[in-house]
Amino acid sequence: MAFQEIALNMGPQHPSTHGVLRLKLNVDNEVVRALEPVIGYLHRGMEKLWESQTYVQIIPLTDRLDYLAALSNNLAYVLAVEKLMGLEIPKRAQYIRVILVELQRLASHLAWLGFMANDVGAMSVLLYSFEDREDILDIFEAYVGARLTVHGMRIGGVPFDLDDRVIGMIRGALDGLPKKIADIEKLLNDNRIWLHRTRGVGAISRDDALAFGLTGPTLRATGVAWDIRRDIPYSSYEDFDFDVPVRHNGDVNDRYLVRMDEIRQSLRIVRQALDRLPDGEHLVKVPRSLKIPPGEVFHTIEAPKGELGFYIKSNGTDKPERVKMKSPSFINLQSLERMSKGNLFSDVVGILGSLDIVLGEIDK
Amino acid sequence: MTEKTGGHPFILTRADHLITWAQKNSLWPFGSGLACCAIEMIATAAARYDIARFGMELFRASPRQADLFIVAGTVTKKMAPSIRRLWEQMADPKWVIAMGNCAVSGGPFPSYSVVQGVDTVIPVDVYIAGCPPTPQGLLHGLMILQKKIAGSRPTKEIMNPHARRTD
Amino acid sequence: MLEELTDAPALKAVAESLAARFGQAVLETTFEKKELAFKVRGEELLPVLGYLKNELGFHALNDMIGLDRFPSPGEGRKRFAVLYQLYKFPEALRVRVAVEVGEGEAVPSIVGLYRSAGWAEREIFDMFGLQFRGHPDLRRIYLPDEFTGHPLRKDFPLEG
Repeated sequence: MAFQEIALNMGPQHPSTHGVLRLKLNVDNEVVRALEPVIGYLHRGMEKLWESQTYVQIIPLTDRLDYLAALSNNLAYVLAVEKLMGLEIPKRAQYIRVILVELQRLASHLAWLGFMANDVGAMSVLLYSFEDREDILDIFEAYVGARLTVHGMRIGGVPFDLDDRVIGMIRGALDGLPKKIADIEKLLNDNRIWLHRTRGVGAISRDDALAFGLTGPTLRATGVAWDIRRDIPYSSYEDFDFDVPVRHNGDVNDRYLVRMDEIRQSLRIVRQALDRLPDGEHLVKVPRSLKIPPGEVFHTIEAPKGELGFYIKSNGTDKPERVKMKSPSFINLQSLERMSKGNLFSDVVGILGSLDIVLGEIDK
Repeated sequence: MTEKTGGHPFILTRADHLITWAQKNSLWPFGSGLACCAIEMIATAAARYDIARFGMELFRASPRQADLFIVAGTVTKKMAPSIRRLWEQMADPKWVIAMGNCAVSGGPFPSYSVVQGVDTVIPVDVYIAGCPPTPQGLLHGLMILQKKIAGSRPTKEIMNPHARRTD
Repeated sequence: MLEELTDAPALKAVAESLAARFGQAVLETTFEKKELAFKVRGEELLPVLGYLKNELGFHALNDMIGLDRFPSPGEGRKRFAVLYQLYKFPEALRVRVAVEVGEGEAVPSIVGLYRSAGWAEREIFDMFGLQFRGHPDLRRIYLPDEFTGHPLRKDFPLEG
């Protein structure tokens, strides 16, 4: 009896594809032989839309790109605009930005953890991590009024100063989260089923990872210590003391461990920033109808998903000529075929989960 | 006996109450999570906002097993045929909630690829505004749907199949 | 131009090396907002990028950006441009290479040099309609195949 390849279709509506992603698979008796992602089901025409919006109006739309880490998108965009303008941001505003964006990294990683564990089968972890994430969303809601599409950055600084109530909430989260994270790790780290499903699965070598242009925790799990926060520091990251976690096997388990380490490092950075918060302004006055003289700039940051960046070209008016977003998930998704070939079909879900993609960012 | 109930037998209105009570307290959502609103939908299903107290924690992955289609997120023209096909696969009785500004009317995206409201593709029962609506907003919308279901007459449809909605 | 680079010795070395190797083929060198950018002709694109990658160590392609300058490209410029943003790790150096593309012209595909360009070139084809010579699978990536038009062109309306 000859076995032949079957063409299977996952999505675009599927509980585990993290959004509207379609995967065309060629499977030979449970082993994946070929995989092609089809994207574009969430293409909203953001880049075209941005060309008819003012620089200030674009900021809330950037929230909807990587909707699990809205503040990172905001930060990448406003930093690019400020670089184009040559605007200096006060130290206090920079520190507040670091606090917000590291808390956002925590929220994003907790959401990723919940989704990935749920896909692999550990549903309780989803409920635990979402409950812990709610603590951080409460902070955002108290600070700026929104939980998910936060819009917490402005050109020139941050919208509000940190008052005592918000600082109290942040300190409460800093004190409470380490134990909660440790509880989740106790459920997963040495769990036989988890290890069996993640160790050795979806491995990619260091050279392949660099060739595919991977960035973020997926790259750091292959042994490359690439972190824009340390290599090209922005927003005063050079003032803080933190490690860049790196693992060497490049499989799903390593990506999980790298992100758990990053959670701990984020807590460390937030604590340092809060302890050393300097005095000063939280926002620089910027003209209401902001016109930027012609120029172009490319700026990236280390977002939770990888290296997120914006290319902005200005033409002297209050609307940009061209805004292009460099999306880490778009580039990382190209490597899914390399990671899945030769693995079991049922592992595709785990590998996709470990890549941590967001379709809003991929499809723009 | 039938005048007060508008021509419908009295005993069947009692049956209506029983049937709608059962339906509204055990709606099984088909979570069509498309974009950011999907995250708030999942947060509603999580521990703090606990959609399970309404009987709706059983999100089905297959439309054949669900009776509530929550369109959470932006519907693009590329995705619209899939949304239509998924809705057609659901068995009657079924309800649709358009969650979030994008599903209601296109949201902040008046562009070439976005459907300006999912009600141009499938009929919608409840519209929930917000970008994204908070979990409390989604629960409020679900409670409005429950009220709508409580006022409906399933026995009428059972007695007269032509009364069934066929759009 | 090269004098402004005295504060950035590593980038200055890159600019000098490229000028020495390619001479007139590098049409323009700019250093604004601390970003080094070169403009080259389409025919020289693969040799220049190959040199930057293999000899000078810019192993990472950060991004590819398409530009439409309709209706007025400006003096000596064509309607479209494609920009390549390169990165050298761990020295953390950035370089931008630009090529001018006219209506109906094709750009050589760099998939052989940088694998991550595969989808980026498809995206530029989808949004601008620019052809990439040598790309193994050039088709639309975001929009459905039946879609007509290329949305990011300036003469395409927002609502479609």
